[in-house]
Amino acid sequence: MSNNSVVNITNLLKQFPVGGDYFTALSDINLNLENAEFMGLVGPSGSGKTTLLNIIGGLDSPTKGNVNVLGMELGSSSHNERANLRKTKMGFIFQSYNLLPVYTVFENVELPLILNKVETQERNRLVTQAVDWVGLSDKIDSRPAQLSGGECQRTAIARAIVHKPTLILADEPTANLDAENSHHIMNIMVRLNKELDTSFIFATHDEKIMAYLRRIIHLEDGQIVKDEHFDNPKSGKN
Amino acid sequence: MLKFVLKGILRDRSRSLFPIIVVSLIVALVIFNRGFLVGTMNGMFRDTAVISSGHVKIMTHAYQEESQLLPNDLALMNVDEIVEILHVVYPDYFWSPKISFAGLLDLPDEHGETKSQGPVMVYGIDFLSSESRQFELWELEKRIVSGQMIQNPNDALVGAKLAEKLGLSLGDRVTYIGTTMNNAFATFNFTVVGTFNLGMGPLDKQMMLVDIEGARVALDMEDAASEILGFKHDLYYDDDASVMMRNQFNATHLDTTDIFRSSMIALRDANQMGTMIDLVDWSVFIILGIFLLIAMIVLWNMGIMSGLRRYGEMGIRLAMGETKGQVYRSLILESVIIGTIGTIIGTLIGLPLTYYVQEVGIDYSAAFENLNTTTMIMSTVFYTQVTPDLYYIGIIPGVLATVFGTMLAGRAIYKREMAQLFKELET
Ligand SMILES: Nc1ncnc2c1ncn2[C@@H]1O[C@H](COP(=O)(O)OP(=O)(O)O)[C@@H](O)[C@H]1O
Ligand SMILES: [Mg+2]
Repeated sequence: MSNNSVVNITNLLKQFPVGGDYFTALSDINLNLENAEFMGLVGPSGSGKTTLLNIIGGLDSPTKGNVNVLGMELGSSSHNERANLRKTKMGFIFQSYNLLPVYTVFENVELPLILNKVETQERNRLVTQAVDWVGLSDKIDSRPAQLSGGECQRTAIARAIVHKPTLILADEPTANLDAENSHHIMNIMVRLNKELDTSFIFATHDEKIMAYLRRIIHLEDGQIVKDEHFDNPKSGKN
Repeated sequence: MLKFVLKGILRDRSRSLFPIIVVSLIVALVIFNRGFLVGTMNGMFRDTAVISSGHVKIMTHAYQEESQLLPNDLALMNVDEIVEILHVVYPDYFWSPKISFAGLLDLPDEHGETKSQGPVMVYGIDFLSSESRQFELWELEKRIVSGQMIQNPNDALVGAKLAEKLGLSLGDRVTYIGTTMNNAFATFNFTVVGTFNLGMGPLDKQMMLVDIEGARVALDMEDAASEILGFKHDLYYDDDASVMMRNQFNATHLDTTDIFRSSMIALRDANQMGTMIDLVDWSVFIILGIFLLIAMIVLWNMGIMSGLRRYGEMGIRLAMGETKGQVYRSLILESVIIGTIGTIIGTLIGLPLTYYVQEVGIDYSAAFENLNTTTMIMSTVFYTQVTPDLYYIGIIPGVLATVFGTMLAGRAIYKREMAQLFKELET
């Protein structure tokens, strides 16, 4: 495991209790992710992409194996330590945008900063910057209900990046978007990756996303079947 | 974070409006209920005290044994002297003798022939002595419906319904026919100077009020009385004090060979009053307990419902790095805010309502019209009473129930796997 390692997983096994039995969702997962990677977990529905992403994010716990994320050994960490890691160093983007409906774009994006106890002035600066990044400055005071699907997902991206995390986990971020919006948000994320060295892990089966990735890990029935690295003209060299 | 939570509550009607309405209603109900119960009970105690039992009363032991029969041959003697002693020994109370008797009331025509006649129940009350507070106690100012107050020992106030039944008019001479204290035949003429309506069905139909001096002459009861009623100067019934006084008094009148020894009873010893008094003491717990339970169940369900709707929000907040404890606490904070607002609004509704009914009353006389048989002395107009505890009592169902309800509902956050919260928002 190198010093640059963002995620390091060895011999991961994940089983869910089903009835009196176990369902094995992930097995024999070994994986190392360097800083500033732009990587995708790709596989058919039910192959375990979300489960792996949740384990990396500390939202779900492994049955066996070691998972080290940003220097923290998740298996031996407490609920609060993992929460703190998410709060300070991670960002999440989901398929459904999960904006809080009663809050404006500004307030939704502001929440991670409130949780990180950033003071008001700095908060305003960072929120304005993040919203500008995703091109929503003119909608900053709108509520989610007044936004299109693409605008909602851009808001969710702004919320995921506002506190400048080291690692962003994105689960099917384009699944509810049309082609134009999908490319738009992928370009935003490529830019983030290049300018801030933010690492990205996508879970996807969307060809449009794959076209941007520099590394693809293929999952089938909970196992890694292929790990591809390549230069990608759309997202710059690896 | 508080600001963030407040914004959420204010903007999300389903999170604030409905719970606040529910809490307000429950709080208002609790306040009104409590005020109503205390008011009606205290009203009943007051009426019972004035009409029948005093806060405490003294009679002979023998009279007490058969008091239902109004056995005036067993009445107290040397009443002036007893009253004088009582005033000295119990200075917190004032003492007033009373004679209760029954008989026939006869209205003669100009030839002395009976025009109408009916049974009557008469109270001889000390209205005319200089220190008497009986006029005030009986609230005759508002209860005399025609004519005027008793001025002379042979003046009489007649229940309005009785007067109607017998066809009495003001100024009529009516003859009481009955027996004297010594069981001799008695007739005595009273002058009807007014009619009254106590708002108590059975009493208004057969009662007459006279001054005790008139009654003494009529029944040949010089310096005697059926009972001596004691009232606390501030007119509030203090159950503990009365019971203590009764025990102490009876302990000093233990000569069991003397059936004419004085004997004291407290208001609580009068017909079923003890149960009522205990009920009032318990009522606050009973009412609060019931409403607390209802409120908690309603709010718990509401918490579950809004919680289900908000698993997405909780999931996203957990993903953003809030701990389960923080999410849970912010839900509790929300419920405290909602409970407090609801309590304030509910109190602002419940208190004035209770105050209004305290001043105006609710008239049930139509409903009680035919309940002649009731033995309890009970007004047909109910008044609530605003007591100091009504100002803060709403906090218990308002804030506590809201918080407990939310705590119950919020346990779901802990019970669920975090990833599960996301699954539910992915769909
Ligand atoms: N909490 C759970 N309990 C039981 N089985 C689960 C649970 N979560 C996921 N699974 C199963 O694990 C497998 C992988 O699921 P998931 O990681 O969501 O797949 P993907 O994201 O690749 O579509 C699926 O077969 C799913 O049914
Ligand atoms: Mg999935």
